[in-house]
This record gives sequence, structure tokens and C-alpha cells, in this order.
Amino acid sequence: MTNRPISPHLQIYRPQLTSVLSIVHRMTGVFICLGLPCLVYWVWTLTQDQEHYEQGRMVFGSILGRTLLLGWSFAFYYHLCNGVRHLIWDMGKGFDIEDVYRGGWLVVAASALMTVVTWVVAYSIRGQG
Amino acid sequence: MVEFTLPQNSKITNGKNYPAAKGNGKVKSFAVYRWDPDKGENPRIDTYELDTESCGPMVLDALIKIKNETDPTLTFRRSCREGICGSCAMNIDGTNTLACTKSIGEIKGTVKVYPLPHMPVVKDLVPDLTHFYAQYAAIKPWLQSKTSPPPDQERLQSKQERSELDGLYECILCACCSTSCPSYWWNSDRYLGPATLLQAYRWIADSRDEATGERLDDLEDPFRLYRCHTILNCTKTCPKGLNPGKAIANIKKLLVARR
Repeated sequence: MTNRPISPHLQIYRPQLTSVLSIVHRMTGVFICLGLPCLVYWVWTLTQDQEHYEQGRMVFGSILGRTLLLGWSFAFYYHLCNGVRHLIWDMGKGFDIEDVYRGGWLVVAASALMTVVTWVVAYSIRGQG
Repeated sequence: MVEFTLPQNSKITNGKNYPAAKGNGKVKSFAVYRWDPDKGENPRIDTYELDTESCGPMVLDALIKIKNETDPTLTFRRSCREGICGSCAMNIDGTNTLACTKSIGEIKGTVKVYPLPHMPVVKDLVPDLTHFYAQYAAIKPWLQSKTSPPPDQERLQSKQERSELDGLYECILCACCSTSCPSYWWNSDRYLGPATLLQAYRWIADSRDEATGERLDDLEDPFRLYRCHTILNCTKTCPKGLNPGKAIANIKKLLVARR
């Protein structure tokens, strides 16, 4: 009785859009929170002298910095779009499984598109300046 | 508590292989979770090869064939074989469903069969549902009334009132949805889970029930109700095509509306 095993769960349950988008929502939320101190650091460098300003530019302009910014921009847009999806659910709408899947893919596409547009705009502004 | 890995006594080992008899037609492999409480061993996966041409179309037909012809020790629950009793709920090909309504033909490759996820195992494919049923009992799944019924007739409903119960009364309590829910895996000690919450809403939505306020009071709890994070594995997996996720959202809406 006491030694009953627990049946496998995460190990065997098929990943699907419902669960994958849910865990990605949580992970992007955590990731964005980690970005907050970095944002504060950047704003702080702006309030200091030129030396600090250049240092901030260097940190976020590095390969690692840009990769993180790419991650943060996608995480932000994904969390935003999926947050709207959650608000629609909170109104009691969009629960038919077809709508759940349609909305899920829409969130993925929209956040990817917004990320791409952001970076295209960012790089074109940078080119001019 | 959130535990991503299985405890030591639950880790799965490789079991026996039962090859198909020679000269048979269409062979399909079934990898089945086995655990015998009488031996002190860990769970294992036994693989059975089966001629699907001499077998019924559903996964339950295959399990019965294995039990009849190959391995009488294989243990599982089944009763109605037509998707109305909910006994043969198990994890097949990665998702929870009823073995009796899941067609073998729609599964690619080896058919993997496990008990319902994150449940204590009684034997092989039989999970212990004691806690699940206790949670169901906790929401008082019966009609509660304060007024007495009309003296000359039953408590009547309009067609509209009756239609509010469509999509709720069909639930057969097979536990597929609750055991598909990651939140239920890790919080089932306090979170009621989709099946029980759908049943709770079934009585809240019933025009004849007069305990709506008390029912909502009982559910307004960070764990009992609000461990639902709208993952919707429940709605995805329900073998009856019901929508526990929507029922839970309706309860949340009612709780907001009555403030």
C-alpha cells in the first residue's frame, strides 16, 4: 500500500500547444523580470556622464547584449499577446479547442512578427544615425 | 510540491518482450506499463506484438486480446466498452483517453499505454482514484434546495434552463482531464482539478439548485479553484468532447460578478 509508485507524468505526456504555450508564458514572464534590473542599469547610465553612457552602449551593443535584447523583445511581445489571450479567456470566451489553437498560433505569429518589425526598425534608425 | 522527476520507487525499467506468433498478418507493438504490488520491483514496460487483423479496432480490444491470449496477469479496468462508464481511462500515445474509444489505427508506431499520469498505481494500468472521488464528494454533487418543491409536481425547468446543463451533465468522471493537468499533478492535495470543478459548475448552473452562494463560497480559494492557470490540457484531452476549462472560467466569472 505505502510503496505504491506514482505513474509517470511529465516524462510521458505528449507536449502540445496548450501546455507548451502555457509554460512559455511563465518562462517569458520570469525572463522579463530578470531584464528589469538591466533596464534600470541602462536608464541609470543615461543619467550619468558620457563615460557611463558609452559603457551602457557597449554592454547592450555587444553580441551577448544584442542576443539578450532579442530575447527580451520576443519575451515581452509574447507575454503581452498571450496576456491578451488570457484576458479573453477571463471573459469566458475562446474556449472551443479550435479557438484555443487558432489563438495560440496567432499569438506565436504576432509576437514573432512584432519582434522582427522592432529589430528592422531599430537597425534602420541606427543606420541613419 | 512540484517534482519534475519520478521518485526512486517509480522509475520505469525495461520489461519483457512478447513477440507475435509467426506467419501473422499486420503486427503492431504495444508498450504497456506494468507494476505488480506483490513483487518488490520497480515498474517496467512490457512490449507485446499483436496481429491487428485478428483484433478489434480499439486499444481496449488489444488489451483484452493480450490478457486473453498472451499474458493473463495484465491488469486494467474496463466495463462498458462504449465510452460511457469511464473505467478504461488511461494514457495512450501520450494523451489521456478511453481505451475503448481510441482507435488503434490512428496511432503511429508503437502504441504506448500508461496509467493516468501522476497517480498512485494500484497495479499495472489501475490508478488509485480514492482522492479524486473524495474531491468530487467535497463539492456536494447533489441538488440542494431550501424551499420545498411544488406540492403537485416536480421542480420544473424551462428548455433554456435545461440547456445550461448541456456540456456538463455528460461528464463520466473518467479523470482524463484532471490527470492531464500539470497544475493538478503538482497541487492535487489542495487543487480540485478540472473534473471536479466542471461538476461543481454543473450544480451552480442548475436553475433548481438553491445553494449557489454556498457553492461559490466553498470554491473561492487560492488553491481549490485558482490553481487553474488556463493551460487547457483538460479541454484538449476530454474523451467526451466537454470543456472543463470553460466551466472553470464561468465559475471565476461568477465570483467576480458577485463582488
